[in-house]
Amino acid sequence: MLSAQSLAKIDREVAKYPADQKRSAVMAALRIALTERRELGQTPDARCLNADVIEFVANYLGIAPVAAYEVATFYNMYDMKPVGQYKITVCTNLPCALSGGVSAAKYISEKLGIAIGETSADGKYTLLEGECMGACGDAPVLLVNNHHMCSHMSPEAIDKKLAELK
Amino acid sequence: MAIFKSGVIFEGVDTQDANAWRLAAYEARGGYAALKKILQGAMPQDEVIAEVKNSGLRGRGGAGFPTGLKWSFMPRAFQGDKYVVCNTDEGEPGTFKDRDILRFNPHALIEGMIIGGYAMGCRAGYNYIHGEIFEAYEQFEEAIEEARAAGFLGNNILGSGFNFELYAAHGYGAYICGEETALLESLEGKKGQPRFKPPFPASFGLYGKPTTINNTESFASVPFIIRDGAQKFLEAGKPNNGGTKLFSVSGHVNRPGNYEIPLGTPFSELLEMAGGMRDGKKLKAVIPGGSSAPVLPGDVMMGLTMDYDSISKAGSMLGSGAVIVMNEDVCMVRALERLAYFYHEESCGQCTPCREGTGWLYKVIHRIANGQGRPGDLELLDSVGNNMAGRTICALADAAVFPVRSFTKHFRNEFEYLIEHGKPLVNHKWC
Repeated sequence: MLSAQSLAKIDREVAKYPADQKRSAVMAALRIALTERRELGQTPDARCLNADVIEFVANYLGIAPVAAYEVATFYNMYDMKPVGQYKITVCTNLPCALSGGVSAAKYISEKLGIAIGETSADGKYTLLEGECMGACGDAPVLLVNNHHMCSHMSPEAIDKKLAELK
Repeated sequence: MAIFKSGVIFEGVDTQDANAWRLAAYEARGGYAALKKILQGAMPQDEVIAEVKNSGLRGRGGAGFPTGLKWSFMPRAFQGDKYVVCNTDEGEPGTFKDRDILRFNPHALIEGMIIGGYAMGCRAGYNYIHGEIFEAYEQFEEAIEEARAAGFLGNNILGSGFNFELYAAHGYGAYICGEETALLESLEGKKGQPRFKPPFPASFGLYGKPTTINNTESFASVPFIIRDGAQKFLEAGKPNNGGTKLFSVSGHVNRPGNYEIPLGTPFSELLEMAGGMRDGKKLKAVIPGGSSAPVLPGDVMMGLTMDYDSISKAGSMLGSGAVIVMNEDVCMVRALERLAYFYHEESCGQCTPCREGTGWLYKVIHRIANGQGRPGDLELLDSVGNNMAGRTICALADAAVFPVRSFTKHFRNEFEYLIEHGKPLVNHKWC
């Protein structure tokens, strides 16, 4: 279900913990599984986690599927719902809002023609509102596909970024 | 780039240099000299802990607990694994200092953790990093590899016989994991729900073993303390408030960023360093220590110095050093509504008063902000808050209540006006 490269990455995570504590690697293993699905998935449903993938990861680590499932549903960066090729998460928490976070989210929403929480009809973009990313000094800040942080996102910077995300 | 001034952690760090974070640059700045001093000079564990105690270093994550004292709580005679854990799960709104430590000076943290591991007799350490700064996590892994290749990690470090391993782990979107026992749960591969204390992590921590958890900035201060001496660190701040501190300044200032300045620096000077108020607007309010710290009116802040004691005397907290600056255009009801939403979203759901209470607080503030407030709503907020604070396993409920109490205390007229007239006293606009 996961590629040999992903499994090798998971093995590397497992090795960080004592031999009887493989469960500790579940956070990273789910992230690795999600990243592979995001990169290979051709449709929004194929880009998120689902019960089968979670069960596979759990079995790989030798833990109960429900133990992996509760982790996948507790932490909000694990996509459990269909998601666009580019997931854009804008921080709108207070410190960012004071420096343009809310305006940035609104600008992207208008530009893409989708409301916050929606995925575009072509399955390209998902726009979400995020909580503190720990980068308030660089506001407006957004994350692309969980791992790529973009800082100082003025309307011009947003235009440029969206042009790259084609 | 966003670091201004320096003193301890960012001394000599050129943030324009793309390689400033690498081992070679760190060593050129005097990096790993402290570790060599300890291991090659055979400085006993007790002496290391005493030095950290004497420095007056207080936990930089928010609670301000003396770091050396915390280290001394680790059982010395315990046979078996002990752990040292760093909390880089930086998600307290307004706080963005630890990210810059990882980006620009990760080896200071690595060296600090190795020294902590040595002092407390730990075999391994983990740094748990906020999932949202994944790029910093990846770079930190590279920095660990550099330290390992240079012989600062692994077995028989610098020929001393001391063995220590360090690993990076990451969160994936849960504010609660900044709470130390929730962080441990997450490191164990579970939902990040805080544990009852006692037992404290020093006796029952990661995998049930003795564990010490410190903030990133605390660990990153340790090499300086060992290398240059506790006295020099202490003198960089003021009595009972040793050292410099990183202040993350955000909001309505001209130059948001991290400022490493001596504890005890007047707020007015910090504001000036941050370029003053954006667009020349008037200062209205400041949250001096991250979103969970009580808000203070601007004129009160202008009379304070930035240290644990001064801010605490004024009824707030220095917390993580996150200074959120708001100008006269902010409707305090709207500002509080956003924070209340955050705590509601991030409550882990374990304790009923918090799970339900954060939702109630948000709903009531939301309706006030939208002109649907009812007479008695402010009393209702008080009552809900009283049924939350101090009645849960961890401090998230208290953290949600502090802003509500302080906003409704210092800016009560704005709440009353909105409830009475259905429209705001201040015509709010997010910029």
